[in-house]
Amino acid sequence: MTFQGWAEIALTIGLAVGLAWPLGIYMARVWQGESTWLDPVLRPIESIFYGLSGVDRNKGQGWLTYTFSFLAFSAAAFFILYALLRFQNLLPLNPQGFAGMSPDLAFNTAISFVTNTNWQSYSGESAASYLSQMAGFTVQNFASAAAGIAIAAALARAFAANRGESVGNFWVDLTRITLYVLLPVSIVGGLVLAALGVPQTLSHYIDAHTIEGAKQTIALGPVASQEIIKQFGTNGGGFFNANSAHPFENPTPLTNMIAMVAMNVLGFACVVAFGRVAGARREARALVIAMTVLLAGAASAIYWAETQPTPALVAAHVVTTPNMEGKEVRFGAAASAVFTAMTTGASCGAVNAMHESYTPIGGGMAMFLIQLAEILPGGVGSGLYGMMVMALIAVFVAGLMVGRTPEYLGKKIEAREMKLCMLASLILTASILGFAAVAIVLPLAMKTVSASGVHGLSEVLYAYTSATGNNGSAFAGLTAANPFWDTTMGIAMWLGRFGYAVPVMAIAGGIVAKPKLAPTAGTLPTHGGLFVGLVIGVILILGGLQYFPAQALGPIVEHFQMLQLTAAH
Amino acid sequence: MLQHVRPAVVMMALFTLVLGLGYPLAMTGVAGLVFPYQAGGSLVRDASGQVIGSALLAQGFAKPEYLHPRPSAAGNGYDATASGGSNLGPMDQHLIDRVKGDAATLRKDAGGLPIPADAVTTSGSGLDPDVTPENAHMQALRIANARGVSAAQIDSLVDQMTTPAVLGFIGEPRVNVLALNRVLDQRFPVAHPQAH
Repeated sequence: MTFQGWAEIALTIGLAVGLAWPLGIYMARVWQGESTWLDPVLRPIESIFYGLSGVDRNKGQGWLTYTFSFLAFSAAAFFILYALLRFQNLLPLNPQGFAGMSPDLAFNTAISFVTNTNWQSYSGESAASYLSQMAGFTVQNFASAAAGIAIAAALARAFAANRGESVGNFWVDLTRITLYVLLPVSIVGGLVLAALGVPQTLSHYIDAHTIEGAKQTIALGPVASQEIIKQFGTNGGGFFNANSAHPFENPTPLTNMIAMVAMNVLGFACVVAFGRVAGARREARALVIAMTVLLAGAASAIYWAETQPTPALVAAHVVTTPNMEGKEVRFGAAASAVFTAMTTGASCGAVNAMHESYTPIGGGMAMFLIQLAEILPGGVGSGLYGMMVMALIAVFVAGLMVGRTPEYLGKKIEAREMKLCMLASLILTASILGFAAVAIVLPLAMKTVSASGVHGLSEVLYAYTSATGNNGSAFAGLTAANPFWDTTMGIAMWLGRFGYAVPVMAIAGGIVAKPKLAPTAGTLPTHGGLFVGLVIGVILILGGLQYFPAQALGPIVEHFQMLQLTAAH
Repeated sequence: MLQHVRPAVVMMALFTLVLGLGYPLAMTGVAGLVFPYQAGGSLVRDASGQVIGSALLAQGFAKPEYLHPRPSAAGNGYDATASGGSNLGPMDQHLIDRVKGDAATLRKDAGGLPIPADAVTTSGSGLDPDVTPENAHMQALRIANARGVSAAQIDSLVDQMTTPAVLGFIGEPRVNVLALNRVLDQRFPVAHPQAH
């Protein structure tokens, strides 16, 4: 660990949080349909969208209608992407002549991108045509991100309302978030990435004749345009198999910094925008602080872990740190550690180093961040609504302890809200632990697990954690491209996205109808240090209680095994 | 539910047109005009215009007169159509054996210098174009002997060609292997014609 490393970690997290303020203020304007400086260009396009799809922009939707719109859009996206992947061999822009994907692979991949997960059972440079990457994956990187942010916007309106009914219009939210937020930042950011070395071309792959006389085929493609939205939309699916470790996706320390800030800034910005729309700026600030504290703590722990001696280096009598297996020289331990914390804290899933080769504590911490329900700051939109669930639980628990009526942002929190919060949390746990438990007793499933012993358990646990958390990063030794894994992980991704979002929308539906109460002397303050501590406590206790037993059998046991092995050499 | 079908399908179609074709094609056009070298993959050509690699991707070097890149787990090594890491866990016996073997080979030519971690570990992409300055210095003696020059000359070239961290703390100092090897061939050509 070096001073420079700590400085880089601090700067990265600082930039992501700092830039979220102006972006969040802008996003609040977009949510509320207010004018922005992009109106002259985008208003006409927006109107075309509404005109062709028959949407009345002024017509609000109740929570059920809003939810059905969200589900219908996701379903349409799934079927179109599935068809595109199955038949990419018959479609244009396929210069390498890749075959269509198999049914189970196309099922898994389509769900993966529609749910904002971007788990990849395929390897981009050898299985996906340029058309699939552009018209399939890039489109879903925008659409699934915008759909997530739309739900956050609906929830914000619910808290702002006083005995209301409408939570907004899903189609309007989807369109405006895409056109006014995601597209502009992607155009600017994508061009910066291209300037710094990320390819953006439709050229076929190039054969190079190396200095020592070998042939090297160089895979290329329209990378920059997809790379940038992959980060901003917390999607995480790489153009190439190696994801953001690949020098074409992430060529320099600066592109790495841009990637890290991009994958957290909109998540934080959603919280800021929520605060403005719901009239709860101080409460939003408290949530940002809670997220930042946990994220910084996790980044520090991973940085520490990855600068500890590892058995292979000790046994070979070479310099014993940092743990460079699976890491790139240009990033080193610090930039890899903070990237890992931010990608798993954010449901992004892009990786600039291979998590499977991390030390047990480093890899276990990445898994734990996903298990905390992807709220630090979480996926775009989904992080905000995940954090809301935690805040409601914290208010409820505090209310029970001190005997006050639980209220949050002027809304009474009652049994219905708590049941739905619990339902949402437990769906994640049931999916992660349930599927992992089934997989480890099925020889069919364990056949494609690459590691033996406790590391094999970590591999399985990580896979379902990543799928359910809609993260998409992997302990990549696992070969998931077979019917068992493709199918079960597809279901896990589906549960993690819709099994969480629908209860949240039901909460929004209840909240929007409640009267907005003025705070009284009996109201628990939800903006101060005490509440920050309460939320952090609830997040850690919930996550710990649910996952500590599984973590203890995987990463924690492996940590002690590693210490023993290191000492033996 | 039926009322949602039309907007769902129409919006997906519009998104596909605008975001799936318009946006990436426009970006391709602009990037190709403004940054043609970067947008095309930072390809490196020899005097005759033949592509010899990409400045951003590792390629294999095994001869003693060249700086060697880090070991690669991409395909059969440095395969730019099969990027990836070893994905071996820290306790994996394959990893321990591989690192021990590589370290023993490197130690023969290292002139007693310590072997840095990056020299015996595979990168995440298998295409890491860089090595650490310590790794390059560790190989200087072997390169110098093969080229009939002093190790100090190689060391000073390594120092010249080390890219520092941005502002001293963003990223890590590094040496691009392909760039250094091209300069080596220009400045210190191998004395005798090689037998290949």
